[in-house]
Amino acid sequence: MRRYTDKTNAQAKSYHTDRFYQVPQTPKAAVDSDEIFAADYKSLSAKFDIKDAYIEIGQLVVIIDPKDNKEVMTHLRDKCGYTFLSEMSAMDYLAKDGEYEIFYQLLAMKKRKRMRVKCRLKEEHAIESLYDVYKSADWAEREMFDMLGVKVNNHPYMKRILMPEDWEGHPLLKTYPLVGDEAGQWYEIDKIFGKEYRDVVGPENRDTKRIDPKDTKNFARIGHEVGYGEKPVSKPDHAYDEFQEEGGVPLITRFTKENQKTLKERK
Amino acid sequence: MAQHKVNYLQEGGLPVALTTVDKLVQWGRSNSLWALTYGLACCAIEMMASGASRYDFDRFGTIFRASPRQADVMVVAGTLTKKHAEFIRRLYDQMAEPKWVISMGSCANTGGMFNTYATVQGCDRVIPVDIYLPGCAPRPETLQYAVMMLQKKIRRESAFQKLKPKRLV
Repeated sequence: MRRYTDKTNAQAKSYHTDRFYQVPQTPKAAVDSDEIFAADYKSLSAKFDIKDAYIEIGQLVVIIDPKDNKEVMTHLRDKCGYTFLSEMSAMDYLAKDGEYEIFYQLLAMKKRKRMRVKCRLKEEHAIESLYDVYKSADWAEREMFDMLGVKVNNHPYMKRILMPEDWEGHPLLKTYPLVGDEAGQWYEIDKIFGKEYRDVVGPENRDTKRIDPKDTKNFARIGHEVGYGEKPVSKPDHAYDEFQEEGGVPLITRFTKENQKTLKERK
Repeated sequence: MAQHKVNYLQEGGLPVALTTVDKLVQWGRSNSLWALTYGLACCAIEMMASGASRYDFDRFGTIFRASPRQADVMVVAGTLTKKHAEFIRRLYDQMAEPKWVISMGSCANTGGMFNTYATVQGCDRVIPVDIYLPGCAPRPETLQYAVMMLQKKIRRESAFQKLKPKRLV
């Protein structure tokens, strides 16, 4: 006999896990295999402490110390021609290592090369702002703070960019629940009506399939409406089809099922 | 006495129609439902299409207004985020009585596919809703149907309701 497995909420669970699954790794090449990148790496490693460097899918990846991120980026912009910060953000490795991984994606338009600078930042530490080096870091750093709680030093206008200013928590952290923590779930009720009103409104009810025609406090059926909380009445179903009252509305064109036209093809 | 005086009793009857004040007032209200432009997401495109020439909301007397002070009905068209929730409540409060709300599309009804921290799970958590309109996004015909259902509802209501302390949701 097959072993019994619990079928509760079976559709929401993944039914297949591969025990022998290995995360695919992209091949990493040595920095020397590309002339331009080798030159960049040489000029960079002469001045700074580089922890690791390799070429991955045609892009140079350099892992640096988070303390000298601004100096490294200034060097890359002025000396190596990486004039454009196309993307930057962070990743949450707090549970695993107690660290954020911050990455900067750079583009050198004259050399037609892209590279990525990565660094690991301890949770309680702060990183220096790149606002003075790349203007595109402005909003990206604010988003990084808003979504992950990475602290950024010397940013001219450091506040939340996506979430409301009085929001609690940072939603892209792995520890943040998808539907929000308690403050998040009641945010609009607390803000508009006050905390006492939580009991009146009730928790978020996500069951969109729940329809109860006898519950006239929460549901009203078109053509069968009764007052709030009164007993439901049963009427013939054709009441649903009527656009207007039986006798029509004075001076208003009468719409009925009979006089409506269905176009066979587009005009 | 003027020559053109018409003798109503003999020619075509009295120019009088008997009705109730309720019916008259609500007939007027239901046929000039000015809507607040409230496009929040993709449903707004369908709402705009309903207002444009092909579907032509003007023939229902529904004209979109850019101010809550001039609007009778708020069509919540799209995803309501939690950051925006206080503004929808404020705009609703700014609308003059009598006022109605159509919740258009899945996102405004229940949060739709956005079961996340950032989305209000149904705009009825914040403002009272008269008509829920299913669909993602509902076609303009559906919005027209919703407006006609709302007109029907308004004609049934009494014109001079005491302003009851309204349920907030």
